[in-house]
Amino acid sequence: MPIKFPFSRRAAPSDAWTKCPNCDAQVFSRQLERTLRICPSCGHHFRMSVGERIDLLLDQNSFEERDAGLESVDRLGFHDDRPYAHRLEASQVKTGLRDAVVWGIGRIDGQRVAIGIFDFRFMGGSMGSVVGEKLARCFETALEERIPAIVVSASGGARMQEGTLSLMQLAKTTAPLVRLDEAGVPFIAVLTDPTTGGVLASFASLGDVVLAEPKALIGFAGARVASDTVGEQMPEGFQTSEFLLAHGFVDAVVPRSELRATLSRLLRLLPAARAADEERGDDRSWGPIGALSGLAERLGGAVSETIGIDVDAEAASGGNGERPSQPASPTADAREDAP
Amino acid sequence: MTDLPVLLPASPPSEQAIEKAWRRVQLARHPQRPRTLDLLPLIFTEFFELRGDRAFGDDAAIVGGPALLDGHPVMVIGHQKGTDTESNILRNFGSPHPEGFRKAQRLMRLADKLGMPIVTFLDTAGAFPGPAAEERGQAEAIATSVKLMTGLQVPVVVIVLGEGGSGGALAIGVGDVVLALENSVYSVISPEGCASILWRSRDEARTAAAAMRMTADDQVDLGVVDAVVAEPAEGAHTDHVATAAALKLAIVSAIRRLSEQDTAELLATRYARLRGMGAYLETGAGSSRPPEAPSLRRRLGRILHLPGVRQRPRWSDIWPSDDGDDEHERGA
Repeated sequence: MPIKFPFSRRAAPSDAWTKCPNCDAQVFSRQLERTLRICPSCGHHFRMSVGERIDLLLDQNSFEERDAGLESVDRLGFHDDRPYAHRLEASQVKTGLRDAVVWGIGRIDGQRVAIGIFDFRFMGGSMGSVVGEKLARCFETALEERIPAIVVSASGGARMQEGTLSLMQLAKTTAPLVRLDEAGVPFIAVLTDPTTGGVLASFASLGDVVLAEPKALIGFAGARVASDTVGEQMPEGFQTSEFLLAHGFVDAVVPRSELRATLSRLLRLLPAARAADEERGDDRSWGPIGALSGLAERLGGAVSETIGIDVDAEAASGGNGERPSQPASPTADAREDAP
Repeated sequence: MTDLPVLLPASPPSEQAIEKAWRRVQLARHPQRPRTLDLLPLIFTEFFELRGDRAFGDDAAIVGGPALLDGHPVMVIGHQKGTDTESNILRNFGSPHPEGFRKAQRLMRLADKLGMPIVTFLDTAGAFPGPAAEERGQAEAIATSVKLMTGLQVPVVVIVLGEGGSGGALAIGVGDVVLALENSVYSVISPEGCASILWRSRDEARTAAAAMRMTADDQVDLGVVDAVVAEPAEGAHTDHVATAAALKLAIVSAIRRLSEQDTAELLATRYARLRGMGAYLETGAGSSRPPEAPSLRRRLGRILHLPGVRQRPRWSDIWPSDDGDDEHERGA
């Protein structure tokens, strides 16, 4: 891990101004930090570091990082113009991160969540074995603790330097989602600029709710690859958050200033289902079925009598072959109860 | 990871390695190489093709339907490339659109419902990257297919026939047993695509092919493929019948072995197989923490209200943004 010196950063004058890639305005960097990294003149959303995301989304001091020690290895002996290991090291020095994802447990307005956050500056946020492993553990912990999972993605896709091992991370990050479905634990995907390739083609598309930041690049194939292969011009606004919203693949485009409040609201609206062993025996006064059975209990025998008569009548007409026969057990019970 | 991964020294691929890898890529793309529909009648009987995704249309780049394997019903799904210009246009060169993956999902759900084992054949350069595919949710279609396959309650046997190209291959390629023909290749991105991103020139595709270690043997070494199925001496394109016979033997024994497991065991084993994919180190380092004991500068800053010194420590102090040239690192 790189060592950061306390006086080094803001001394460099080149950091003072940042050019907005959208409107070319020169923005004072310190102002950018205060405006959630949104361009004050055109509203362009600059990319955020993991640290800034945590500060943006989670309650102060609530984040506990997990599995911080996972580190990528060069399993293939991959070398393009330099070895993969050198690229990893350069990214580690640049970002202060071990790999492109940080995950942990935090709170949003007091609600506990398992959250994974990408940092695009680490090798383009690409997903290799460590990213896949961290996200799988994030989902598995959400399952174990029955708390919602959130992943904020910013990634070019699978990490080519890990070959098919990175492709397999698509399956590794997706498999736990089946278990979340079975257990009734929600997963919210937040897509930020950019979310493409293998990351979009796995967990990022599979949120129970999918949110996107405005004008983020979101798509399967990079626009350049697409026009290379297809040989046609891509339509205007192709592969943006708004394009995906229009085509039904995103639930809402949420400006950064409202992201935390939106997540908080969704967490309240979509709580994890009660575990099967908790459900039995305690009060079920919430929800329509619970309310009905509560009503039935209060009305007591009167209700069961009415049901008994109804079912009996149905069973009788079923004898004429006009109605399909009812499932056996309720009919039998009702007959026993009926006077 | 229980054992440490075997690491090779990183070096540019040797001329010999490049030669070998590229020969495999060429064999995998050989125009006479047996395709899914060539092998189907040689391995199975009574194949009945099912078509359409029930939502948008039928994609001829993926074929599938029930068939009998030694008299037992199975569901067969595979990519289908063409053999000449005309059939390649019909089959879109074996590169599926979302409706192809959604048709495959439909067939898998049917197999799951009826308890039929699934056999899939991978032979695609990748999912189609055009605007129509994006509009209809190419990424979502692949993601949903992968998710569906991880939870199927029936045995799934995957065969890499020719090119196993990226997400388009994985979308029908998550299984309990993954077999590869000797001269097939499997990669996260086409060698041309990798070369144009990392080497900035499609001409380096040969080098990229070697660097990605995409041959069947390499895939066994990485644990992505379980076993290689030998091809006739000159390659599968010289003898479709012998290739089919070898494949049939491997498929039957894989299904027989998988059928002995009950559903819970099957799912647990598949989950463990997928969870074990990848190579990483688990170093002892614990949680990174926001600076708890503030630096002298920050403490002074707080007292004196110096500009640029925040009142409380924040995560962005240890992981700040750093605007600059980060565009050149891309994924696939």
